[in-house]
Amino acid sequence: MQTALFIEQMLNGLQLGVMLFLMAAGLTLIFGVMGLINLAHGSLYMVGAFACASAAAATGSFWAGLAASLAAAAAAGAIVEILVIRRLYRRDHLDQVLATFALILIFSEGTRWLFGSFPLYLDIPPLLQGTVSLPGGSRYQLYRLAIIGVGIAVAVALFLLIAKTRLGMRIRAGESDREMIGALGVDIRTLYTLVFALGAALAGLAGALVGALQSVQVGMGEPVLILAFVVIVIGGIGSIKGALVGAVIVGVTDTMGRFLLPQLFGLLMPPSQAGLVGGALASMLIYIVMAVVLAVKPQGLFPAAKG
Amino acid sequence: MTISRETAVGIGLVLILLAIPYAAIELGKPFYVTLATRMAILALAAVGLNLALGLGGLVSFGHAAFFGIGGYAAGILASHGFSGQPLDFGLFSLPGTTMMPAIWVVAVAAGGLLAAVIGAISLRTSGVYFIMITLAFAQMTYYFAISWPAYGGEDGLSITLRNAFPGVNTLVPINFFLICYGLLAAALVLFALTRDSRFGAALQAARQNEVRVATVGIAPYRIRLAAFVISGMVTALAGALYADLNRFVSPSMLSWHMSGELIVLIILGGVGRLAGPVAGAMLFVLFEFLLGGLTERWQFFLGLALLGVVLFARGGLVGLLVGRPRHG
Repeated sequence: MQTALFIEQMLNGLQLGVMLFLMAAGLTLIFGVMGLINLAHGSLYMVGAFACASAAAATGSFWAGLAASLAAAAAAGAIVEILVIRRLYRRDHLDQVLATFALILIFSEGTRWLFGSFPLYLDIPPLLQGTVSLPGGSRYQLYRLAIIGVGIAVAVALFLLIAKTRLGMRIRAGESDREMIGALGVDIRTLYTLVFALGAALAGLAGALVGALQSVQVGMGEPVLILAFVVIVIGGIGSIKGALVGAVIVGVTDTMGRFLLPQLFGLLMPPSQAGLVGGALASMLIYIVMAVVLAVKPQGLFPAAKG
Repeated sequence: MTISRETAVGIGLVLILLAIPYAAIELGKPFYVTLATRMAILALAAVGLNLALGLGGLVSFGHAAFFGIGGYAAGILASHGFSGQPLDFGLFSLPGTTMMPAIWVVAVAAGGLLAAVIGAISLRTSGVYFIMITLAFAQMTYYFAISWPAYGGEDGLSITLRNAFPGVNTLVPINFFLICYGLLAAALVLFALTRDSRFGAALQAARQNEVRVATVGIAPYRIRLAAFVISGMVTALAGALYADLNRFVSPSMLSWHMSGELIVLIILGGVGRLAGPVAGAMLFVLFEFLLGGLTERWQFFLGLALLGVVLFARGGLVGLLVGRPRHG
């Protein structure tokens, strides 16, 4: 039983990690290429979830919702980039923080305006309902496994996109020398909009996928955003590989901490108190991990090779 | 001695803030005294942040942690003072108290200690890393407050009766306002003295050119850490007052939204300006009150206004009134 529970929690951690990777990949790409810190990334996640929930409610199909979430988040990302973000690339980080903070306020209140304060619900598609049996005898939700699968697929696709395609080459060139690729005739404005929309679509995808597990509500993006920050700080800002490793570390540490720490303290003290201390410590665990990583490597585990 | 325009504007703003509650009482609208108190407390918190952000260029997105720890210091001490049970630290125990000066000392010490720990780690990095790490640490205290049920957890902690100040009846709103205002004035003096001191010069120089400061033999890290700790202390003091104003402490004081608001106050007022936080807090509270009265969606318009200020009107209110700083 204990092994089965352990495996189950491990998979939960992996699923959280994959989710965080989808968020962190966009953030780190946007920072790596444009040098922009985007607090509104969590809002794009929320946009994806709301688009998925409302499209799924209208058409009755989760898959239509998923497509809608990608389209809506990418479109929202592109519009925001063209209207606001574009003016921020040359500004300092303080201005970027403030402008994107303002965007969060606008997105959150705007969404509340459109959809009301009540959460929406999204059903798991029939194809992915049900469970799979795990070694050790317990059963695991198929949908969560599917999320892990999607995350791995996106990671591979992203790797191929960046390493093998022309767009990827331009993205990498943009990371190492903006002026030069502009001088070589690459339309850098369109490239930036594309990268931003790509990051937004990934965030929207994450929001839609998680929407079926939790309720879809205003403010759902912020906790994920902050975890994604922890991920890219651990992984090294600007590095996709770092985002992947960091996401898995954070996802697994957080889930396993909540599972194991109360039990660990249970060996030392009475159960009620162990639950309290273990729970409180578990809620801080990833931040402690982050502090330790930074103490050893201030630039994160995989510092992006930049001049 | 001639007074610079910035100083004149600053003195003017501070005097206006003092006049608001008296005018409110004259006009028979005592509710506005509370509004003015809120302005003074938020301004105090922002003066703290302005030390780190304005002078030191340290964009801390985690000052809610200090604001909240000050609030919790007040709430926890008051609840123990009220119930008569000492705070138990295992090895030793402390009596609770409902005396403001004692609470302030504890709040400031707690804020300083937390700022020392967070700063020591965060200041190893800079730029975006610093922003994200301070945010993450504040979030850590937030989740800790939520998951620790002894002092209310997610529900927060009420303060039964506003804490006392020797010789003053703090239950009278204007008296409490004057206490807050006095502390704000003291903090503004501290800010001005710091800015013009050798320490402040080194801090501002480290913002403008870190390498040069290091070359002349000053370690930027230590200067910044000291500024960060002082900054955390001032903001924690404001947190203790805020708890007394609302007679309530909750994890929302620690939330990242609070950190964002503190930065917004400074930007609205003017970064690094002495009176920037005062102007920003007055503007913000007024905005919140007026728009909040008109529409439930006031945050939407706050977002638009903020976006406009960031994109088109840099320098904030003080910048608008005084003009650009001569160097920056």
